[in-house]
Amino acid sequence: MDVLVIHLVNALLYASVLFLIAGGLSLIYGVMRIVNMAHGNLYAFGAYVTAWAIGSVAGGAPTVLLLVLLPVGALAAAVLGAVLEPTLLRPFYRRAEEYQLLVTFGLLMILEDLLRFIWGPYPLSASEVFENFGSLTIGDSLYPTYNFLVIGVGIVAAIFLWGVIYKTRFGVVLRATSQNMRMASALGVNVNRVYIQAFTLGCFMAGLGGAIIVPGQSAVLGMGIDAVVLAFIVVVVGGLGSLEGALVGALIVGVVREAGITWFPEIELAVLYLIAAIVLLVRPAGLFGRP
Amino acid sequence: MSLLVTKNLVKYFGDTHAVDHVDFTVKEREVLALIGSNGAGKTTLVNLISGLFPPDSGQILFRGQDVTHESVHGRISAGIARSFQLVNLFDQLSALDNVALTIFSREGKTRKLASLASADHAVWDEALEILRLFGLEGKAQMLAGGVSQGERKLLDVAIAYALRPKLLFLDEPTSGVSTREKTPIMDTVTSVVRSRGISAAIIEHDMDVVFNYSDRIVAMHQGAILADGTPDEIRRNEAVTTTLIGTTGPR
Amino acid sequence: MSTPAVTASANAREAGSVRTVLRWAVPVAVLLLVVPWIVPPYTAILLTYGLVMAIGALGFNLLLGYTGLLSFGHSAYFGVGAYVVALMVKYLGVGSMELFLFGAIIGSVIVTAVFGWVCVRYTRIFFSILTLALSQVLWSLAFKFFWVTGGTDGLRVPTPSLLVGLVTGQGDKTDFMSHAYYHYVLVVFFAAVALMWVIVNSPFGKALQAIRDNETRAEFVGVQIWRYRFVAFLVSGVFTGLAGALWVPLNGLTTPDIIHWSFSGEIVFMTVLGGFRSFAGPIVGAVVFNYLKTYAVGYTVYWQLLLGAVLVALVLSLPTGIVGTAGRLAARWKKVS
Ligand SMILES: Nc1ncnc2c1ncn2[C@@H]1O[C@H](COP(=O)(O)OP(=O)(O)OP(=O)(O)O)[C@@H](O)[C@H]1O
Ligand SMILES: [Mg+2]
Repeated sequence: MDVLVIHLVNALLYASVLFLIAGGLSLIYGVMRIVNMAHGNLYAFGAYVTAWAIGSVAGGAPTVLLLVLLPVGALAAAVLGAVLEPTLLRPFYRRAEEYQLLVTFGLLMILEDLLRFIWGPYPLSASEVFENFGSLTIGDSLYPTYNFLVIGVGIVAAIFLWGVIYKTRFGVVLRATSQNMRMASALGVNVNRVYIQAFTLGCFMAGLGGAIIVPGQSAVLGMGIDAVVLAFIVVVVGGLGSLEGALVGALIVGVVREAGITWFPEIELAVLYLIAAIVLLVRPAGLFGRP
Repeated sequence: MSLLVTKNLVKYFGDTHAVDHVDFTVKEREVLALIGSNGAGKTTLVNLISGLFPPDSGQILFRGQDVTHESVHGRISAGIARSFQLVNLFDQLSALDNVALTIFSREGKTRKLASLASADHAVWDEALEILRLFGLEGKAQMLAGGVSQGERKLLDVAIAYALRPKLLFLDEPTSGVSTREKTPIMDTVTSVVRSRGISAAIIEHDMDVVFNYSDRIVAMHQGAILADGTPDEIRRNEAVTTTLIGTTGPR
Repeated sequence: MSTPAVTASANAREAGSVRTVLRWAVPVAVLLLVVPWIVPPYTAILLTYGLVMAIGALGFNLLLGYTGLLSFGHSAYFGVGAYVVALMVKYLGVGSMELFLFGAIIGSVIVTAVFGWVCVRYTRIFFSILTLALSQVLWSLAFKFFWVTGGTDGLRVPTPSLLVGLVTGQGDKTDFMSHAYYHYVLVVFFAAVALMWVIVNSPFGKALQAIRDNETRAEFVGVQIWRYRFVAFLVSGVFTGLAGALWVPLNGLTTPDIIHWSFSGEIVFMTVLGGFRSFAGPIVGAVVFNYLKTYAVGYTVYWQLLLGAVLVALVLSLPTGIVGTAGRLAARWKKVS
């Protein structure tokens, strides 16, 4: 019983981080119709920046200070996104989809090495935060308290996004642009501004995912490339461009991953990719996608 | 004898009754004009018959065979071909290639991987012949994406014609074309159709063109057939004159 | 206007008539044949890698350039080719290159048939993501089933015997690779290029281009889109699988890295570098990319950054790639003179 609870919490932990990454990816696709292959690198960037920020304050700093530093990675990713969209992506909106994929793939390669250039080839950790939180007991076992914070952030982010998209003026503009960019533009929406805002928000989410995970597991090279493939699975399952889809997809992938690691570790990843393939066969647009 | 018969054909898009219980027939060897205001359901009717999407209900009979659930490929083999309202070409292939590909496909030769297309002289001869028929031989080597709007319309028709159909649907072959160009296009199209003894159903907004070139006219309104008759009968039909003529024109 | 002349010039824009192609191909072929005697062995081996990748990229481009489908999962078929060979060595003790190629073709037909059956229902970004996800299935299997695949350590493949045992790689490995194996690869390369050239210029190839340009209209001239895409997918995957089989003896080792999707990215990269709108593009791209990467890796640890910047610059300013740009320059030069 307790074991099941722990597995469930672990699944939620994965799901929270995945939702942040995949939600950002999906948001960007929904509004801009662009799939950013380098999205995982923004997640990695967030992780590195946060780990670096926390590592740079002397040991023994109060946990509160460390927590304040936590979101730095998310902000850094957002800034990076705000710079990248107008400079690198904007010239490609009128070009074929293949070129958009290619340019973001080039970006992926560049960002991957930039991380190595700035922080070197070794893992960077921020485990101090993780340890400061200690652990609590579930049944007979100890479980890290910090993980609950990650889940909490995931939940808050989901609610926050829902609010932004369905309850604010900005959300109305965002949805209008995503449904019909030309029409929105004709109605006076500044599409360029919406694009940069959406892209920045998407990158912020990815960065936040990296920032909150890094106390629990170190930032390493290649983490972004692995993450973006998982995010693809989430959005494929949930439906590209749908935030509800990203949420449900993240939960499914989180649960399957946790089950896989526990009961069928050899084929854990294979099962995930197969689920994505099956969902696409049955529902080509994903569970929540518009066909 | 009727070549094509639809029975109670229905297609709704949400609340839009695009095609609403339509019984539509095309006879052998006739040039039929399908008219109706914007949104009357003409294109949707052609989409249903040509197999772009299935009807909600109803039946389509072609030469006595039920083709309601036939694939597009099957309908083409049976002899139904169409052109498109918004020109639909292979823009990065030459005009000649556009037609030649169609012939290769018709002959089942596109299954061949291991022979050069250029070696099949019979196909290229026929393709050039068809371009000549539509007055396009001068553009044979130009990319389909690079010729004028009127020529693109004609090429679209030429492709459909190259399938050797028994029934040819032409969706506004003269739309987006200058008034001066309309007459030659319609002359070309109808003379080709009549000389080969096939039937054509032509969607058209220009009433002068309609009255000049068709044997029979079917008028649609809000998804249903409003009137069906010879040009003279339609000219005198009050329902048609009040709802259609005068209120619509080429867009 | 006599018809043969028309047809010849009609296809000239696409690929050139047989005669114009031969005017190019024969000198290049002769040059390639004598390369091992005029360059150092190391360069010849690098070129062998380039030719092997060219076969793979050629297959890939049947989908991208001719059918309009961007696969981000061709590492899978390359990997199948390579791992089939490695497993034949490990479990069957096979050492003949012909048997390797045969096995790789069978293996890649099976895998591409299954993957293709799923993937050809989709186009555009969905196709890209799905091919990527499926290739990752294979990657994770190669990675996790280490008792079969050697995991991250991979599997070693010794020097094979060529031409049903007539040529064996007993002596110096460098010498073998830069001469006998180079020529072996070259012959397979010639065959693959000739075959692909016929395929893209066949009626079937025309149908693929029609699907690429306008799917709806292709359907309405009677082309059964899924079937054609499926066959294209199959041919494409088998070419890439063949490349994988030729690659593995050269490299002597296969690891899961070649199945990872970032390797698919490299295949895409080389094709775009050469130009995916032209037949020769992937060939030129693969050879150049191979030198570029080798040079970049030797020059800096930040070679990815370098290559990434090249890719971005390429897509921004030279979307037709090396071959397309060269063709344009040549045309301009002709006009001037
Ligand atoms: N794919 C579709 N999805 C939703 N609604 C559609 C679709 N196709 C057509 N409609 C609607 O069905 C109605 C009939 O459209 P249709 O295109 O058949 O008209 P039409 O007679 O061809 O008009 P036009 O002269 O403008 O071409 C219109 O209200 C149109 O908006
Ligand atoms: Mg219409």
